[in-house]
Formats: sequence, C-alpha cells, structure tokens
Amino acid sequence: MSTIQSIAGQNEQHPDLALVDKVRAGDVSAYDELVRKYERQIFRIAQHITQNREDAEDVMQDAFLKAYEKLDQFQGNAKFYTWLVRIAVNESLMRLRKRRTGKMVSIDEDLKTEEGSVPRDFADWAPNPEQNYNQSELAEILRKTIQGLPQGFRVVFALRDVEGLSTEETAETLGLSVPAVKSRLLRARLQLRERLSRYFKRKSAPAAPSGTDGALAPNKG
Amino acid sequence: MTCTEFLELLDDLIDDTVSAPIRSEIEQHMRKCGHCEVVFNTTRKTIEIYRSHEIFDLPPDLRERLHSAIMARCKRGC
Ligand SMILES: [Zn+2]
Repeated sequence: MSTIQSIAGQNEQHPDLALVDKVRAGDVSAYDELVRKYERQIFRIAQHITQNREDAEDVMQDAFLKAYEKLDQFQGNAKFYTWLVRIAVNESLMRLRKRRTGKMVSIDEDLKTEEGSVPRDFADWAPNPEQNYNQSELAEILRKTIQGLPQGFRVVFALRDVEGLSTEETAETLGLSVPAVKSRLLRARLQLRERLSRYFKRKSAPAAPSGTDGALAPNKG
Repeated sequence: MTCTEFLELLDDLIDDTVSAPIRSEIEQHMRKCGHCEVVFNTTRKTIEIYRSHEIFDLPPDLRERLHSAIMARCKRGC
C-alpha cells in the first residue's frame, strides 16, 4: 500500500550500510560509530518492553554484541536500524521470560480486552497542558501511563510513535501483520489519550478574582 | 460520516495519509461533532507529548559506561 517511502529510499544507499561494510572489513571504530548513533534508542526500546532499568542496560549491551556477531547475516537490503531493533526486541522479550519464569511472554499477551477501543472522555485539554507540570512530574505521568498499557500495545506505540518506525517496519520488527499493527496502534493511542486526559483536561476552575487584594496579595511591611 | 467511521480514519488522519476528499469529509464531521474534534486534537497531542519528552533517560555517565563495555567486548571478539 504505502510504497512511497520505500521507493524513495531505494536509489540512495543509507549511510549505515557504508559503516556496516567497514565493520565487516575489520574496522571496529566504524562499529563504535553505529553503537553511538543508536544506543539511546535501543536503551529506550528495551526500557519500554522490560520496564526495568537494569534489564534495559543488559539488553542494550547484549543487543549490540549480538548484532556485531551476526553482522554477516545482515542483508544489505534492510535498514541496519530496523534489523538492530528486531534484535533488541527479541532480547527484551527473552529477558522478560527469564524474569517471570514459567510464564510465557509474547507481544500477543493481554490483547483480548476490548477495553479502551472507544473514547469515553470528551473533555477538551488545556492549551499546552504538559506545561502545567515540571519535567520530572511530567516524565512520571508519561511513564506511569504508558506502563499501564498491555505489552502488545505498548511496544507498537513505542516503535511506531516514539521511535518513528513506519507501520511496515514495526510489523516486520515484531513479526506482526500490517493490519495488526494498525489496530494495536489505534487502541494504544486511544488508551493513552484517555488516561492522560485525567491530568491534562482543562480545569473548570472559577476565574481568578482580579483587582482585589485578597489573602494572596503580598505582604508589604 | 458517523463517529464510528471517523474513528476508523483517525490514525490515517493523524498520520496524514488520507486523500483530500476524505479529509474534507472528516473536517466537515468535526465541525459538527465536538466529541470527535476533541478526540482528534487530544490524540494528536498525546503522540506529540510522548515524542518530545524523554521518559527513559540515559544519563551521560551511564551511557559512556555501557558504551565502553560494549566496545570492549566487541574488540575481544565477544
Ligand atoms: Zn463524531
């Protein structure tokens, strides 16, 4: 369907591929460059999936090592980044499995619920509502909110909307069909919106008194 | 257009992949339906907020430590 992106990208070689070739030829410093370029994204993705900082640190290291070891298997017609993300997603899921021993973990988990597929809260939000919180409060709200999503929605949202992968890349990375990614994305977006509405909706507070010297007036004297 | 039809097109609208005639139908619906207008604006804002705020920060010292560990292990041949 949306072939526009892939056609546009076909003619020019992605700069990562030149680096990959160098690494294959034995230039470790080229790999240093690739790691530096993507380590923050990989760390974020691992955090989104494992929801645990130590796990994310391990996943990040393991993913880059595995990618380095398996670089021969990387096909030049794919994007290095997408390939790397797939390794990181798999490492993250493996890490989760280890943590919850005996319980199968997959990205298909917890998706049977229809909850949150229809909007309920129609209150409008304040203009730039995020500015009503300081940085750490806001980060906490955003973390708490996204962590409440079912795993299979959270991962799709993280890859597609936070990391900016295309729908097709997200599908390929997670081994899902494009329609499955689309339906999860819509529900993830709607559920996050619904949950954030609690914090961001316009307060229907009475207008502040003006021109009065009430209790809030600074004390002079 | 019904609200259900609107909801089905919401992602395409946000991702800007709807055709011009569909877009004008959607806009016409939103002018009449405050609920759908709010859903559109707040969903778009949700994505924008998540995209522009780092919620899982990798502090510079930790980043350096992990980076060095990765490169050391690669150079050792893993
Ligand atoms: Zn409507």
